[in-house]
Amino acid sequence: MPLTLSPYDRALLDGEHGPAAQMAMRIMVRMVEVYGAERLLDVTAAHIDSALYQGDATLEYAERLAALGAKVVVPATLNVSGVDEHGWRAWAVPPEHAEKARRQMVAYQQMGCTPTWTCAPYQEAARPAFGQQIAWGESSAIVFANSVLGARTERYPDLLDICAAITGRVPAAGLHVEENRAGQVLFRLVDVPRRLQEDDSFYPVLGHLVGKIAQERIPVVEGLNVEPEEDQLKALGAAMASSGAVALFHLVGVTPEAPTRGAAFQGRTPPEVIDVTMTELRAARRALSTADGARLDMVALGSPHFSLAEFKKLAPLLEGRRRHPDVQFLVTASRTMKALAAQAGLLDPIERFGGTLTVDTCILTTPMLPPEINIIMTNSAKFAYYGPGLLDTQMVFGRLEDCVGSAISGKVERDDSLWTA
Amino acid sequence: MDRVMHGRVLVAGEAQGEALVSAEPLSFWGGYDQHSGEIIDRRHPLSGQVAAGRILALPSTRGSSTTTAILLEAIRLGTAPAALLTAGPDSFLALASIVADEMYQKPLPIIALQPEDFSMLKTGQGVRIFDDGTVEVNPPQEETIS
Repeated sequence: MPLTLSPYDRALLDGEHGPAAQMAMRIMVRMVEVYGAERLLDVTAAHIDSALYQGDATLEYAERLAALGAKVVVPATLNVSGVDEHGWRAWAVPPEHAEKARRQMVAYQQMGCTPTWTCAPYQEAARPAFGQQIAWGESSAIVFANSVLGARTERYPDLLDICAAITGRVPAAGLHVEENRAGQVLFRLVDVPRRLQEDDSFYPVLGHLVGKIAQERIPVVEGLNVEPEEDQLKALGAAMASSGAVALFHLVGVTPEAPTRGAAFQGRTPPEVIDVTMTELRAARRALSTADGARLDMVALGSPHFSLAEFKKLAPLLEGRRRHPDVQFLVTASRTMKALAAQAGLLDPIERFGGTLTVDTCILTTPMLPPEINIIMTNSAKFAYYGPGLLDTQMVFGRLEDCVGSAISGKVERDDSLWTA
Repeated sequence: MDRVMHGRVLVAGEAQGEALVSAEPLSFWGGYDQHSGEIIDRRHPLSGQVAAGRILALPSTRGSSTTTAILLEAIRLGTAPAALLTAGPDSFLALASIVADEMYQKPLPIIALQPEDFSMLKTGQGVRIFDDGTVEVNPPQEETIS
């Protein structure tokens, strides 16, 4: 199909806006063909995952664009970086890695991006509006922006998100287009007890299950009897975007494009219907753990990055208690959220507990963990999913309360009662 | 007997090698070691296999938006597959190859096959890829002899 370029698109391609914008547009136009689009459209905000150092190629790309004078033309927040800029020396990060990761951070700030350094920008500076056309990277943020906020973004990979921010243009395709946002597979919750639905740990498990089956399709989940909290929706989407490539989900009666099942499917009949019972949920919960013994070396929380509400939930669990000397206790969050939590007096309990806080990054995106950390317990499906491959660690998935309890006793303790009923 | 398929060219190029095939999507972030070319997603059927220099056939990528950066780094380091075959256009993989072309003049051929063609592929087959999206598939050597 023929590609129609606007006068602005042509000017970019012809180099009238400088060599960096020309390079970004050259890449974007080739991608328009891959997406099978006929034209480009404007975006008004971007969230950039490209600043994460993943080897010299990503650094060379960043410094090439910066040296060519690249500037973003829309507000652009930055996702997690490859190093906790000011705190990395406390961990096992090799200095050479820290230096290269820092150079990459500098390059994106030179292009005019905002140094938010978080995978949950929607909980602070950048919360897109319903219907807003945006270009976001970071799978867990993309799924939140599309599903919970009703903003419109494709699943932009690293390297392309910055091209969108430099040009302000993206292929008019995929989830930018209303008719492509209809549900494609229906998941019906059958006999899932309300008290489990009220528990935080239900959402990562459900997300892991749905993502694994839905893969790149748009799942619609029906049958919730509760109104999930924002952080529960955050955990649900992050899990779906780990076990699958889900960029948009609809929760009937909860998310903005799904007031009814019919609306979620845009009036069409669901092409496939899958019943989710406790049997499937228990299996999904088991699959999130790769360690089955009692030993653990670390508890890691904050993927996606911890919110103020999560700090509030954690603090009373830690009050007056202390971690076992053999178990490290780590929370990852953004600088902004750390400052807010400090103002609210929510960091002191973590410190007295013997825990630590890392900002800008997380255990998956910077080589911070020393080799003696082999078994990690977490309440995050994303940590649980990626740990074995990226960190070569074994993972134990558990509720927040169980993570804290295990950090205190020094051995894995999980309350299974919600899952056995 | 040889089988000839025609796919959609996402990134043009020529390549030849032994097929490494899975019906399960892969996230390169957490799934592909850019230093060795090994598949390291321990939940993936190809876990432990080295894809460097082979024709890697995956229906699509999955999950993380960092997949592109990992594949680009693998191309730079020479640990990438010789080419990729997919069961549909995958923008993450295509972008890595397009940027590799822009930065290093080293595009990686990527052909999107019809799902029914993709399902005929098997690990060990000899595969040859041409500029126009033609994909020649030969049976594994043992079968040719017997």
